[in-house]
Amino acid sequence: MAAPPRPESLALLDRLMAALEAKGIVTEAEIAERQANTDKASPETGARMVAKAWTDPAYRQLLLTDGKAAAEAMGVSMAGAPPLGVLENTPTRHHLVVCTLCSCYPRAVLGYPPNWYKSFAYRSRAVREPRAVLAEWGLNLPDSVEVRVVDSTADYRWMVLPMRPAGTEGWDEARLASLVTRDALVGVAVAKPA
Amino acid sequence: MSDDTPIPATHDIGGLARFHCTPVEHDEVPPDGFGRKVDALRQVLAQKGLMTVDELRRGIEGIPEAEYFALGYYERWLRSITALMIEKGHVQKDVLE
Repeated sequence: MAAPPRPESLALLDRLMAALEAKGIVTEAEIAERQANTDKASPETGARMVAKAWTDPAYRQLLLTDGKAAAEAMGVSMAGAPPLGVLENTPTRHHLVVCTLCSCYPRAVLGYPPNWYKSFAYRSRAVREPRAVLAEWGLNLPDSVEVRVVDSTADYRWMVLPMRPAGTEGWDEARLASLVTRDALVGVAVAKPA
Repeated sequence: MSDDTPIPATHDIGGLARFHCTPVEHDEVPPDGFGRKVDALRQVLAQKGLMTVDELRRGIEGIPEAEYFALGYYERWLRSITALMIEKGHVQKDVLE
């Protein structure tokens, strides 16, 4: 588990906030408002984008060529965000996203990155032994499936378009979206079976 | 490896052998109030044009190795943001005391 912040860090944040407020640079209220907005972002957005791509070929094309525009088409504000690339899984290729240098993550469509995504073990191992990392998630891919690992950066973020599960013909977008987990959007899992 | 191969920077841990035997802990605990506040503060300061993501990264990547691996994720952010605000003259050094 991530360790709680040290008391000295809590105190430093209080002093920094007080100093910034005293200079008229920020207010507690605007920080709280921004925090509340950030809390609202969740992987449900990414899941809706995937479900739409599974049912709408034109949207799928948009998603794969300009992820940022595809997010905006779903009503997500991407102002100031770096480009979003979307990686299409196929029967012979699986994608796994990592940020080896830090924690770069498409937060507007997935929410806060989970602690494991930011962990030293995930960052270092995902690029060296991705199949072993995936096996720890319970995903054992056959050798016939190539694993492509993509490094997210401060300037370019990535999300996975998982394969649509069999037996979902005729499902509507909301039902399809319920099969798309955050883990599938990062690539440590596949979409849930129907 | 030839002698002139640079030693990777502290944060550049992709493939680093040090963690090869460390399982990825499936930690799903959401960020705590401290982390979310630091995160929001970074966003607001960026929106006001007072700092950039690249500056945040420079500050994090400049943290000495022992502390980099000992500090929590958002503690590293706070360390960097504080140093930047001091460097730019927005707050005084005594904020550290």
